[in-house]
Amino acid sequence: MKDLLNGWGATAVVFLPLVGALVMIAIPKSEETLHKVVALVTSLAVFVIGVALLVDFDYDNTAKLQFFQDKSWIEVINSRYIVGIDGISLPLIALTLFVVPLVIIYSWNHFPEPHNPKAFLALILILETGMVGTFVAQDLLLFFVFFEFVLLPMYFMIGIYGGEQRKYASLKFFLYTAFGSALMIVAILATYFLSPKIPVDGQMMHTFSMIELSKWHGAGLARNTAILIFGGFFMGFGIKVPMFPFHTWLPDAHTQAPTQGSVILAAVLLKLGTYGFVRIAIPILPEGAHWWAPIIGGLAVIGIIYGALGCLAQTDMKRLIAFSSVAHMGYVMLGISTLTPFGINAAIFGMVAHGLITGMLFFIAGSVKDRFHTLEIKRLGGLLLQAPRMGWLLAFSCMASLGLPGLAGFWGEFPAILSAYEPAAGLSEPLFRFYMVVAALGTVLAAGYLLWLLQRVAFGTPSEEFEDADIHDMHLTDYLAWTPMIVFIVILGIYPNLIFRVTDAAVIHSLSAVVGH
Amino acid sequence: MLTHVWIIPLIPAIAFVAILAIGKKLPRGGSEIGIAALAICFVLSLGVAAGWIQRVNHPPAVEANGAVAAAVSDGHGEAAASDLHAAAEETTPAAEESHPAESASSGHEEEASGHEEEHVTPPVVRTVTWFQSNGVKFDVGTMIDGLSTLMLVVVSLISLLVHVFSTDYVAGDRRYTHFFAFLSLFTASMLFYVISSSTLQMIVGWELVGLCSFALIGHWWEEKPNSDAALKAFLVNRVGDIGLLCGMIVLFFAAKGTFDVVTINTMANEGQIRHMLLLVASLSLMTAVMSKSGQFILHTWLPDAMAGPTPVSALIHAATMVVAGIYMVARLYGVFFNGFSIGTANINVMAAIGAVTLVFGGLLAFVQSDIKKVLAYSTISQLGYMVMALGVGAWTAGIFHLFTHAIFKACLFLGAGSMAHHIHSFDMKKDMGGLRKVMPKTFWTFVIATCALVAVPPFAGFWSKDEILAGAGQLGGDGGYPLMLIMGTLGAAITGAYMTRAIWYCFFGERRGASATHEMHENGPRITVPLIILSIGAIVVGLVNVPNTGFLSWVPGSYALRFEHYVEPTGAYFPGGLETFSHPEFNIVLALVSTLVGLTGVLLAYLWYWKDLGPHGLTERSRLARGGYKVLEYKYGLDILYVDVIAGSVKGPIARAANWVNQNVIDGFVNLVGTSVRRAGGWVYKYIDQGVVDTLVDGSGAAADVSGEVLRKAQTGKVQAYGAYLFLGATVLAAIFVIAS
Repeated sequence: MKDLLNGWGATAVVFLPLVGALVMIAIPKSEETLHKVVALVTSLAVFVIGVALLVDFDYDNTAKLQFFQDKSWIEVINSRYIVGIDGISLPLIALTLFVVPLVIIYSWNHFPEPHNPKAFLALILILETGMVGTFVAQDLLLFFVFFEFVLLPMYFMIGIYGGEQRKYASLKFFLYTAFGSALMIVAILATYFLSPKIPVDGQMMHTFSMIELSKWHGAGLARNTAILIFGGFFMGFGIKVPMFPFHTWLPDAHTQAPTQGSVILAAVLLKLGTYGFVRIAIPILPEGAHWWAPIIGGLAVIGIIYGALGCLAQTDMKRLIAFSSVAHMGYVMLGISTLTPFGINAAIFGMVAHGLITGMLFFIAGSVKDRFHTLEIKRLGGLLLQAPRMGWLLAFSCMASLGLPGLAGFWGEFPAILSAYEPAAGLSEPLFRFYMVVAALGTVLAAGYLLWLLQRVAFGTPSEEFEDADIHDMHLTDYLAWTPMIVFIVILGIYPNLIFRVTDAAVIHSLSAVVGH
Repeated sequence: MLTHVWIIPLIPAIAFVAILAIGKKLPRGGSEIGIAALAICFVLSLGVAAGWIQRVNHPPAVEANGAVAAAVSDGHGEAAASDLHAAAEETTPAAEESHPAESASSGHEEEASGHEEEHVTPPVVRTVTWFQSNGVKFDVGTMIDGLSTLMLVVVSLISLLVHVFSTDYVAGDRRYTHFFAFLSLFTASMLFYVISSSTLQMIVGWELVGLCSFALIGHWWEEKPNSDAALKAFLVNRVGDIGLLCGMIVLFFAAKGTFDVVTINTMANEGQIRHMLLLVASLSLMTAVMSKSGQFILHTWLPDAMAGPTPVSALIHAATMVVAGIYMVARLYGVFFNGFSIGTANINVMAAIGAVTLVFGGLLAFVQSDIKKVLAYSTISQLGYMVMALGVGAWTAGIFHLFTHAIFKACLFLGAGSMAHHIHSFDMKKDMGGLRKVMPKTFWTFVIATCALVAVPPFAGFWSKDEILAGAGQLGGDGGYPLMLIMGTLGAAITGAYMTRAIWYCFFGERRGASATHEMHENGPRITVPLIILSIGAIVVGLVNVPNTGFLSWVPGSYALRFEHYVEPTGAYFPGGLETFSHPEFNIVLALVSTLVGLTGVLLAYLWYWKDLGPHGLTERSRLARGGYKVLEYKYGLDILYVDVIAGSVKGPIARAANWVNQNVIDGFVNLVGTSVRRAGGWVYKYIDQGVVDTLVDGSGAAADVSGEVLRKAQTGKVQAYGAYLFLGATVLAAIFVIAS
């Protein structure tokens, strides 16, 4: 089995969704059920291959790229089709392949206006190709193509299926990210031209290969240049995360996006940014990372506090959850900014945990909107009485989101705070310890806004407006889509080593060039 | 038995899931599952206790320790953990890791010489890998010694009795099944917490009991005051958790990257950790103790927590969860003892917090008219005694008091529940009075527990409280801890007085309000039997640590100080071997004085309420007295400070200000950039493209058309055009950049 998947496993999970989307394009729009079936079957097939990859993955060599493939692509500039999966990308790929089928199941009877399952599901499948592609690409240009490729389907999803201000939100999302990408391509090109040439078929050529570039890790590059190039990556990835103060596209995009879009956005898209830091920016430019680390850490903890305060001020449930992402990604970035294996392991765990938990919160928010046709917190209340199961799941998700031990969120949060106590050599200890305390303070605020949300939405009695409303508790599709997420939030909380042991060796390997490590 | 303790928390955890899954379909709504689970837990805990006593009586040979530890560290643990990595190679390093700690603890046996006990009984530690990071494996596991054994017994006993009590007390409740499910989850979390072998595990248990506390305080969440109380409890505890997280992190790094309790303690005792780090860690952890164990000034959530059902108050907010902080200090005593220099000081932060809490908490109990609030402040005050005991170095006294208090305070709370069962009111001024005759069993058990609380000899509380005061007088540097001794003795009088007042309002005088209009009668056996069992405990459990020195020297050695003998840890992970550590001795003068002071409090309250003597109406006549009363009535203003000033401003103006900045400054800038670029595009098109380029390059309009096309697209807001525009700029920038480098 191992050999069977070796050559094409990674490629298959990237392009199979695209094949599914193409098939759907060939089917007439009116065949709605067929579209649903094709989309679901495709995503499940991809998921099954993903499971096979998980089974075949060699967990003793997580630092090594597996299911590796290296084919020529754009020969003129020596950009190659290099894909592979190691311990850093595996959890994120698994997360993506896991979430997409659940989103499609949830969509079954929940298509947002203007309906059109064909286009909607095709967009989701195209998105999947882009997301998985970003996680498997090992060539900078290939990575960039996938990274950008993700933008379009999400732009259309928000712009067509979004709420009242969808035009503004989608345009803002697109332009903001494109702006970051523009600076990132500058950084990529600069890296390309400034890195030494390597022999290719007897010729000396520059390379986009992340593997080669990580081996080079900016050796011989002037320090200021490394810092500048890192700055380009920082803008590209930082906007995607999003880091304070580049986060303002996020609440708008989330609030306006359809539920499915929000879930995918929170679960996977934000991770493209943090993944970029871990996979590209830090290993290739450790010296630049070292200079930027205190700034990233500082912005991260500002994001934690600021995001939490923003949450407290929100009057809309979905916008509140969106703001909480700013705070949560702050913990992830704090972990990354320590440049220690401990911190980055925590960050990767945090990415997966946040994906599951915030995804869950958006699902519930979507269903609340579906039942009550509003997400205004003031008008809600007594959810536990009218839809007890949804109410309990909201309580569960809030607890998970505030980092309750025993659930997944804790293992992203606590180790990240812990890692800040002792950042990589050469980084200011007092500064990072200060960050640590601020981040710990953020956990209080997180409990504050989440429990307050819970109190206002789930506790108490329904407002007069909805007193007699006939509210349907969970549908079958809700059960099918949510149960796996809940189960994984619990399992990862009880046995965190499921992720840590996958990432650990790969992270240590990727940090081998960081100064003082 | 001692190596399979992980089963004990697992049983109620399974019960939790089972009750949620099928509880509603069962004839007794799931309570039968909870009771059965707890009964098994209690029996198993007794088995552990027997096993531990056996181990202390026949300690394993020193050489064998390592082998024992290695042998028991095979791949068992939490259910989920064991499925997932049964592989032998993973568990072997875990065994090796616990090895040095074991040998370190046993290797220092000779240093403990001079002690009358020569035997070192190492704890039984058993671990499996929980997760790995930076190539290091971190364990989760069980650690059994006298302290954890005691906690297992206390928690499972009280929980069992509370379960039985609840089947009657909350019968017919709107969420009967949920109530029992969360009782089970709480018990599981608490048991998990007390057998922790690592500090990380303690954090997990600590937070999980907090969750259950939240869920049970807010049990009747339809009413806003209840959910407010639940939120307050959780949030105040979260504030303390900042200290918990930071303190544990400091210890983790101070101990060179381990969460292992034995290793951390051993390193602290052996001076391998700088004093400064220990002090910082101790101070941080103290914040956590203050919130969880209701110490002044983070105690404010505890009285509000009485909004939960009474059995919950008895189990969680009196007997078990609130002592989690005390337990943590006791568990990491090596850290605190050395961090606060307890053995050589005359005052330290911990002792001072305890002393202040025991007096100020007790004073607040005076102005309450709700019997549960009286008991809540009494709990705060008694927790103050425990913290003070640990703060002055009287470890055994503090833990002994934890033990006796759990029993008599659970009795008092359940007694209050018994009184209120029919009238659904806890207001003793308005709705009680004269219950002595109609509820004799409740009355007598309540009085017995009160005697234990007031420390009347020979009731349980006497032995433990006396030992604390003896500790405050004798331990520490020269002269002991005088201030703590005075405050502790003063506290005895306060305790006597407020409890006498409570008994007057509840049981004597005329029946008032609801209790006068209701037909009152004694409750059924499911309520009274737990009361009777606990009241018997309140009489006898003090005898397990009777001293045999001085006045009591006639007590045979094999009966004296059994609690100390079996519960106090031995070995290098406990500061017992340090020169500065010693045990207080029984002092008949002190015992008499403190008892008399306590009884004076009782007497004064008796004269005031029964005989109507004393300066009644003082608060009307004297401005000072009125002021004092107001201060107490407003709870020293702390609630106003926390709820209105701090929480109010954070979620109000501060959050709104942050949001305003977000919308208007940061996002305003973003929007400004967007519109400016669009305007700039328009300007370029109008003046450069149409004006300059067109006129200058007349005839060769192709180039102009192309650029105009680009800019026109930019103007119309087409996203793709924007994208192209940006990339064009980026490529130019890249070129400049590369050339410049």
